[in-house]
Amino acid sequence: MSIAKVLGIETEYGIAGGPDLDPIVASSIIVNAYAQQGHTRINWDFAGETPDMDARGLPSLTAFAPIVETHLANTVLTNGARLYVDHAHPEYSSPECRTPLEATLYDLAGEEVMRRALQVANQSLEAHQAITLYKNNSDGKGNSYGTHENYLVSRDVDFAHIVRAMVPHFVSRQVVVGAGKVAAETESGVEGSPAFQLSSRAEFFEEVVGLETTLKRPIINTRDEPHADAERFRRLHVIIGDANMSQVATLVKLGSTALLLAVLEDRGPAVFPSPPRHPVGAVRAFALDPSLSHTVLCEDDQRRSAWDLQDQLWHLASLYAATGDADSVGSPEEVDQVLTQWREMLDGVRDDRGAVADRVDWVAKLRIINGYRDRYGLDDGDARLRAIDLQYHDLRAERSLAQRVGLRELHRFDAIREAVHNPPETTRAYFRGQCVARYPDQIVAANWDSVVFDLGEGPLRRVPMLDPLRGTRLLTAELLETSPTADDLLEALDR
Amino acid sequence: MSEQERIQKQRTDRANEPAPEVSVDATKGDQLKADLDDLLDEIDEVLEENAEEFVRNYVQKGGE
Repeated sequence: MSIAKVLGIETEYGIAGGPDLDPIVASSIIVNAYAQQGHTRINWDFAGETPDMDARGLPSLTAFAPIVETHLANTVLTNGARLYVDHAHPEYSSPECRTPLEATLYDLAGEEVMRRALQVANQSLEAHQAITLYKNNSDGKGNSYGTHENYLVSRDVDFAHIVRAMVPHFVSRQVVVGAGKVAAETESGVEGSPAFQLSSRAEFFEEVVGLETTLKRPIINTRDEPHADAERFRRLHVIIGDANMSQVATLVKLGSTALLLAVLEDRGPAVFPSPPRHPVGAVRAFALDPSLSHTVLCEDDQRRSAWDLQDQLWHLASLYAATGDADSVGSPEEVDQVLTQWREMLDGVRDDRGAVADRVDWVAKLRIINGYRDRYGLDDGDARLRAIDLQYHDLRAERSLAQRVGLRELHRFDAIREAVHNPPETTRAYFRGQCVARYPDQIVAANWDSVVFDLGEGPLRRVPMLDPLRGTRLLTAELLETSPTADDLLEALDR
Repeated sequence: MSEQERIQKQRTDRANEPAPEVSVDATKGDQLKADLDDLLDEIDEVLEENAEEFVRNYVQKGGE
């Protein structure tokens, strides 16, 4: 039986403006602005972080271990999320969620956190220093930053099977969940002078499997850092995704991937469609083809388009759900919602794009790009078209184009507002967020798998949370309610 | 070529598909066009004034 697909999204936001146009300073201002509002001032704890651990089990001789920048602003929020400066971007890592719909809500909460931080930060800056934030993945000049998804996977699954099963999905899902991009920006990408691509990220991928995230980006990332009991769990760290503005696209991106991972756990890799012989060439070629007609040779010597692969994968997930085994992903209603939207978007991109322009980011974006180009008779390379692309992802309500194109909403604003402050209730994020909210003065640090208390006397006390499914409301609410102080809590935990 | 025509053309180009029917009726097509015109008017109002400079100045450091 597949294990609960605990999941979440980490998003690095594009940032412009700030004092001296320094993105690290600007990113720190954003994180500190939010933290200093009194929402939280608790540090992130780096113990247990092993970003250079390779899931293939081999020492990674050519890999550059990511640098952990402990001096940069880094904090944990009452909703269980982490808000920090990663390299030269503000990043929001959502709390662990139990279902794709919930993870979509907490991704939206992240946008709202950034919007609030932006508002507070800009109040203290001169007008010419004002900061702007973009939920996107590249600057159009060859620099990319990530939107990473994370999924809890059983340790019993062989890593090679993850590669075999998931490559077809990761190269083709851009057909329904790509964010779209005007033109190209990498050396190989600009060769064909494309006017538009389905995915903002596709052209940055250079390897099929690998450990790096900033160089030679791989379709399957091998970072083996489960942030949980490593004997039982893997965390699949997916780096090949676009930042979606469409809520439905985020839901389908997460839901389809979670369902397919559950299929892999329960049915093994043989039921999956044959992968392209050259996955890197395939993901790039698919991105360059909005007509969706391009096919690639797969390992079984058949040719398939990205659409064909998605169609096969949808049938696989749908059949699996019909047997009633998809509880690990969500309730039957929620799984049905994922499958229905996935199917409608897949049919829509082929047969009636007008019908899915309210859900598929690249279709919504292409519609306004082409409309604007035709209205003013612009060349494909016109800066105004690139500006539209950039501004589609602008977080400011007065500038955001995504907010104007009529994207369908899944979550009401009052639910998003709640999620800014309150953690998900059915993962350990509940305990983390509640501790931060209730005992801010006694917590010195927290991270994904522990909370560290300083009670003033004696050594620091670390409360481990190695199981992502413990620390839920059901398991800890009473304990928290009956522990007015951190001393009470730790005493109760000792009993 | 409008987006609708473009999609129509792409569909026609696909050899393995039957010749497409008229994909939307005239009323729905007119409505979509009117909606798009309104949307483009709105984009004109909020688009950064100096697009060239705006796009040129948006430079990021890589991340992840």
